[in-house]
Amino acid sequence: MYGLTVLWAIPLGKYIATVFKPGSANGPLERFIYRVGGIDPTREMTWKENLVALLTINAVWLALAFVLLLFQGSLPLNPDGNPSMTPDLAFNTAISFMVNCDLQHYSGESGATYLTQLVVMNFLMFVSAATGIAALLLIIRSFLPKVVDTVGNFYVFFVKAITRILLPISFVVALLLVINGTPASFDGKDTIVTMQGDTVNVSRGPAAGMIAIKHVGTNGGGWFGANSAHPLENPNYFTNIVEMVAQVLLPIAMLFALGFLINRRRFTWVVYGVMTLGMLCLLIPTLVTEIHGNPAIAQLGVSQPTGAMEGKEVRFGPLASAYWSILTTIISTGSVNSMHDSSMALSGTMELLGMMTNAFYGGCGVGFLNYYYYLIIAVFISGLMVGRTPELFGRKVEAREIKIASIVALLSTLLVKGGVALAAWVFINYGDADWVVKPSAWLNNPGNHGFSEMLYEFTSANANNGSGFEGLGDNNFFWNYATGIVLILGRFIPIIGPVAIAGLLAQKKYVPESSGTLPIDTGTFGLMTFAVIMIITALSFFPALALGPLAEYFSLN
Amino acid sequence: MKTHIIPAIRLTLVLLVILSVIYPLVVAGVGRLAPGGGKGETVTVNGKVVGYTLVGQKFTEDRYFNSRPSAVEYNAAGSAGSNKGPSNPDYLKTVQVRIDTFLVHNPGIRKEDIPTELVTASGSGLDPDLSPVAAKIQVARIAKTRGISADRLTKLVDAQTTGPLIGLLGPSTVNVLKLNVALDALK
Repeated sequence: MYGLTVLWAIPLGKYIATVFKPGSANGPLERFIYRVGGIDPTREMTWKENLVALLTINAVWLALAFVLLLFQGSLPLNPDGNPSMTPDLAFNTAISFMVNCDLQHYSGESGATYLTQLVVMNFLMFVSAATGIAALLLIIRSFLPKVVDTVGNFYVFFVKAITRILLPISFVVALLLVINGTPASFDGKDTIVTMQGDTVNVSRGPAAGMIAIKHVGTNGGGWFGANSAHPLENPNYFTNIVEMVAQVLLPIAMLFALGFLINRRRFTWVVYGVMTLGMLCLLIPTLVTEIHGNPAIAQLGVSQPTGAMEGKEVRFGPLASAYWSILTTIISTGSVNSMHDSSMALSGTMELLGMMTNAFYGGCGVGFLNYYYYLIIAVFISGLMVGRTPELFGRKVEAREIKIASIVALLSTLLVKGGVALAAWVFINYGDADWVVKPSAWLNNPGNHGFSEMLYEFTSANANNGSGFEGLGDNNFFWNYATGIVLILGRFIPIIGPVAIAGLLAQKKYVPESSGTLPIDTGTFGLMTFAVIMIITALSFFPALALGPLAEYFSLN
Repeated sequence: MKTHIIPAIRLTLVLLVILSVIYPLVVAGVGRLAPGGGKGETVTVNGKVVGYTLVGQKFTEDRYFNSRPSAVEYNAAGSAGSNKGPSNPDYLKTVQVRIDTFLVHNPGIRKEDIPTELVTASGSGLDPDLSPVAAKIQVARIAKTRGISADRLTKLVDAQTTGPLIGLLGPSTVNVLKLNVALDALK
């Protein structure tokens, strides 16, 4: 499955590079969109102006999404008669989809309408993924020798990311899903009487298109509550492969595209190597522990021929479920084909680590942006170690850049651990507060696992991942607002930071690389970057992991 | 900010038409050609729809092959898993009860032969499948209840088994609904 992904990612990367090469032509569809949008595609902008453009259009989407969700119950295309969202839930959901996270505190069957699924969720999935890709393209000039003030045009990158990449690939994926039985029609719920005589409502809807972009754009928000574990959302082993490949494809392809665009293939391969090494470190323990099954169930005396099965589907089995659970957490998709809350304690640790690093492949475009600030820190530390001026592609990395990179790195720790601390404090001191869900009833599991549920929620929000330990009672005022704020900071700070660093670097004097330069396209430097990523993550999060899944692991074995 | 807000709104409107109207309509159009017409494929017995092929349903009676436990009792309008952690003591008690219940309904089966999927809930709560092992372990019970030879039932399970993709990838599965429809048709 993985080999298949890489095999397609390389030519796709080449194609993406030609789409975004400076001066590449615009087709009739793009010209139409620019004309209606009132955009001059030839206009070059500075990094600051590009960021303003990016943030402005995101604000427009947020407002639109919020209003629609708030009134969805009274709007058309609501065959199941689902209610409008409460303000706190609408706040959380609108932000969550705008930032490419897709944390869902509602269930698609009962909490959204066909109108909002299409105009809010499906729409934001496309545009948020395109925003990520465009943001990555904004840093490319800083890798090239020319000294520049302008870094390109956000709108052009954004529009082309949709018309040339996201829409065509999603369409193909949607067709494969439809052929295999995923619904696509606008009919509402159906009522049937089962063979045992139970009357059951079956939710349906125009789901296939959204499920396609949910993976292609590394979004992850499900049409149905159970996400890709739902048999209509992911009907069989073949569609499981399709969805799996679709979500990993662009993160890897973007990396190769970057290599072609800046003409440094060796550097790309080193980055790819580091990311793959990171993936394997998380994947292998997860596979082993899931196949091994749950030790507590083994004690009850039943056989576990296929491994741990709680929260898993028979048609996928633990192997494909474990593989999915790691890939979806490292690349920020956050769709699930098994319930992570029920995965083994060690797997839970690995899923959390995947989101905490968030740079092993990472989300559409933003994966490399996360890697980029680790890279800046690695360049700086190695520069100090060997006594040379830290440089990145012929540009001096100085105090200002390091400050930005460090703030970005530290902020995620603050958001996650600060959030969990606040939640734990409320849980303990205000357990009986008169909220929709009493804090004392938040957790679905006692002890360390309950702590993990809160840790997972904030980690997922900060990483813009969107998967969850879904046992958490999260549709209430506290979680909707708290994670909403974390979501927005966890999205835009890691975009603004790297784009600012790159914009600053691009304006600096270019000094050709010489024997005095620290080479960054070697295996040694790759290992150095890997070490930096691991050390920062371990220092930031190890105490929290020790209290949650690690403690559970040791108590189970 | 001001120079960007008008283009942002106009760009949003044109993209809404492309992504939220044209795209899903085209996919729905293609869906009409797919099995089930994009509405989900159904299973019909004597002209009556008894279920959706892909959506699991509750089978708890002894005369049918039982489906897996479900956290939402096979409510196809509210899919979910149990979200119970592996060490949760209440959860382990539930599993113990399921094991005991299974042993009562299937006398003669040894505890260590019960496959774990029969005592654990699926991720969606709508798992339509069983592994062949989990189906075959119920053969003795059904043979007794229905008075059909165990041999014929085993052959029925084999006939209803879908092998791995291209013979290599993924587990073998049996669709419980189709299996039970075929079971009712025996005699």
